[in-house]
Amino acid sequence: MSISDSTQQTIAPEPAKLTKKALTADHPTWCPGCGDFAVLAAFYKVLERRQLPHENIVTLAGIGCSSRFPYFVNSHGAHFIHGRAVPLASGVSLARPDLHVFLFGGDGDGFSIGGNHLDHGARKNIRMTYVIMDNFVYGLTKKQTSPTSPVGYKSKTDPTGAIDQPVNPIKKLLAAGATFVARTHATQINHMIQMIERAMDHDGFSVIECLSECVEFYPGAFDPANPRKGGEFKLIDEKKWDGTPEDEARHDVTDELAAYRLANIPFPGLFGVFFESDRPTKNAMERKWVESSRKKLGDPSDLELLQSTFDRMK
Amino acid sequence: MSTPSAFPELASASTPTGGRADLRPQNIKDAVIRLAGNSQDGIQTAGALLARLAGRSDQEVMTYMTIPSTISGGPSIFQVRIGSGEVLSAGDEADFLVAFYQHSYQDHINFLKEGGVLLYDSDQVQPDLNDKRFLYVGVAITGLTVEALGGTAKDKGKNIFVLGLIAAIFHLDAEKLMGLIRERFGGKKESLVNTALIAFQAGYSYPVAGLLARRYEFEVRPKTTGRAQVTMDGNQALAYGLIAAGVRYGAGYPITPWSTVMETLRSELPKYGGLFVQAEDELAAVSLALGFSYSGYLAVTGSAGPGISLKTEAIGWASMAEIPLLVVNVQRGGPSTGLPTNVEQSDLYQAVFGSHGDSPRVVLAAANVEDCFYIALEAARIARKYSTPVFILSDGSLATRIEAFDEPDLKSIMQDPRPDLTPRADGFKPYPIEDITKHAPPGTRMLGGKYPVVTGLEHDEFGHPTGRPALHMAMTAKRRRKLRQLADELPLPEIYGSPDAETLIVGWGSTFGPIREAVDLARSRGKSLASLHLRHLHPLPNGLDGIFARFKRIVVAEMNDQGIYGFGQLATLLRARFCDPKIQSLTKTDGLTYRIKEILQGVLQ
Repeated sequence: MSISDSTQQTIAPEPAKLTKKALTADHPTWCPGCGDFAVLAAFYKVLERRQLPHENIVTLAGIGCSSRFPYFVNSHGAHFIHGRAVPLASGVSLARPDLHVFLFGGDGDGFSIGGNHLDHGARKNIRMTYVIMDNFVYGLTKKQTSPTSPVGYKSKTDPTGAIDQPVNPIKKLLAAGATFVARTHATQINHMIQMIERAMDHDGFSVIECLSECVEFYPGAFDPANPRKGGEFKLIDEKKWDGTPEDEARHDVTDELAAYRLANIPFPGLFGVFFESDRPTKNAMERKWVESSRKKLGDPSDLELLQSTFDRMK
Repeated sequence: MSTPSAFPELASASTPTGGRADLRPQNIKDAVIRLAGNSQDGIQTAGALLARLAGRSDQEVMTYMTIPSTISGGPSIFQVRIGSGEVLSAGDEADFLVAFYQHSYQDHINFLKEGGVLLYDSDQVQPDLNDKRFLYVGVAITGLTVEALGGTAKDKGKNIFVLGLIAAIFHLDAEKLMGLIRERFGGKKESLVNTALIAFQAGYSYPVAGLLARRYEFEVRPKTTGRAQVTMDGNQALAYGLIAAGVRYGAGYPITPWSTVMETLRSELPKYGGLFVQAEDELAAVSLALGFSYSGYLAVTGSAGPGISLKTEAIGWASMAEIPLLVVNVQRGGPSTGLPTNVEQSDLYQAVFGSHGDSPRVVLAAANVEDCFYIALEAARIARKYSTPVFILSDGSLATRIEAFDEPDLKSIMQDPRPDLTPRADGFKPYPIEDITKHAPPGTRMLGGKYPVVTGLEHDEFGHPTGRPALHMAMTAKRRRKLRQLADELPLPEIYGSPDAETLIVGWGSTFGPIREAVDLARSRGKSLASLHLRHLHPLPNGLDGIFARFKRIVVAEMNDQGIYGFGQLATLLRARFCDPKIQSLTKTDGLTYRIKEILQGVLQ
């Protein structure tokens, strides 16, 4: 009996339907007009549609404005330290296959202080859904340059304009080996819902970069991709595999090089799924190791196992 | 115990020869054998086989090794002390020194007792035979090994040849040793087992009788506990102790001398349905472990000092969010990269205080290899009961030292690893001010419909962030109070030695054995001396002041620096706790374990 099979499952009364009301917790502390409200609304919508067992939803975050997310969702949750949310979520994901691990954060948490963990979570392909609300600025600490601030952006730490080249999140994720990479925009609620649903259906490390405007410190940053502000929300034209001649030119989400090319399109760039691959997860591979080693040993009890080890040390 | 040489009646190398059967046996209780060579010679293998044999023969055994912190090896020693009585330290001086090279001879001859035996490779070493303090036994170890093995083996195998020699000299059970050699090399190529056995036979059949006038036999003392002995090093004992404690998940990053705990857990935990992750860095390792613990499985992370420094922020989160976590620190010399392969007890402050903010945590330290096993159980018990991070301090000497100890009664101590997912009633509070936190891990149904968030922000009883002054005061007190409650339940350690002595030596961690041996030696010389060993360092057990009151002088002996104000790290903590000027400090920073005479000189000056 491996331990994940033996977690004490208890029978309790049939749970009520998961409604927005049941999912709502503290009122968000975000500034009025913040893009993150829409991300929260999209997340509620996804959970309402999916009707996951309430107790199996886990909402995790590091530090930042967007990382306050767990307080606003009535689910099991943890608000961790700056930049280390990916390994925290990895621990939850690897130990508890019964849980749905959702991770929320911002560009500082994900691409700067936690940049190394993002790479390794992607490389190891640990199953979780990670929404990075990218606002191109440090908002919680009040307007310092972020790893995604464009060159020339004037902040309190770059009063004459940012000089360092920003991270290209999609290219970083592709290079690190993320198996689901998508991009969306907080003003496009249906697209957000669609991306979150596809991400959570993906068995692996799925990441969505969601452009989410900081109305306080970088207003209008994402207008070029917002049709209501005169911009254009350009979608990736995914292959339909229908054999038609026009399908030839469409994007194959399993084509990594094509994904890089799309990621190179200048700001505001494209939205949708850039890349998806079915590389085995660390969760599955570790589980396989557990199963094969236990089978080889004849499925012993913990006591028998440790006793046999000590017998060899006599 | 440091006794006069075990070899008082050795003949010189020129003694007329006879068959081994002619030699008069001499019973010995205790022998320290130091093998000195290079790290690539496999002297650790030979020494470990000796230690395992002793364990299997119900003898007490302790080993000590030094490893160079270079990449491709260098001078290295492995010391085995075998005794028929209690063995508390690896021994100040060797009775028997095996020198593979000239540098081994030069560096270690002064560790040989007067009257001790130098066994040297006459192909490599030219000892100063005019130094009449020692007895010299030259054997062409290199040449004879090459001769015995022939072919391509060159001198690989001289470690096992020497093991054969030692077996012959000490009249060890050759059959058992050959069995151990088969076990040791059995997983590898068959030819390797055979080569090792040939080398052993060659050494064992060498006519040592021609060189020594006595053969030595260890006294047989029937054991009283009725339990078999297991033989392992401190890091193994720690890893298996964690498994017995129900720890099934963990994460770490490679660093000396912690790595072998991680390697053992990485291979072992899957067999138990668990998992140990090698993380991308120390920060990820502690964060993964916190993810495991948050999900309901008490988890472990570990490192040596430099890695613990990196984990510090996340450990502070564990204090604040009140998540149980085990943090192993196998201490080495510091600060910074320091002395990677030496021993020091200089991370006590870091364990007790290493965080921003008021961040209570528990600190325990293992006394010896056996205690590495049991301290893991104690740490897990505390972490679960008080929902707190717990440090387990070990050190570089315990990590690699091999000891034999009574097999634990696993049936009575194995802990259930499973998370408690029983549904929680309406009104559940993750952070009740008046009670100890007991989290509801994810997957737990919350019958009131309100789900908990655990957090590193100051929070109210439900986990909502708050900066209210009254709440920060109340929550700080809550986190502090549970450790006071723990202190109330801790057993008071017992005084060892003469209860009417003037001086009490106080120690912690791996100095346990040497301090006791120092007390024994002093008392055998008619001086009264007592000692006290602390396993629980933070919080301290209640009532130590009552013990201290019985002595005129309290000397805290520890392997760290006396600091700016003249006191070592535990001495400083005890002085702060008890404001007792009787508390004095004995410290050292040579990166080596305490020798018995260092303690006695320091204490009885």
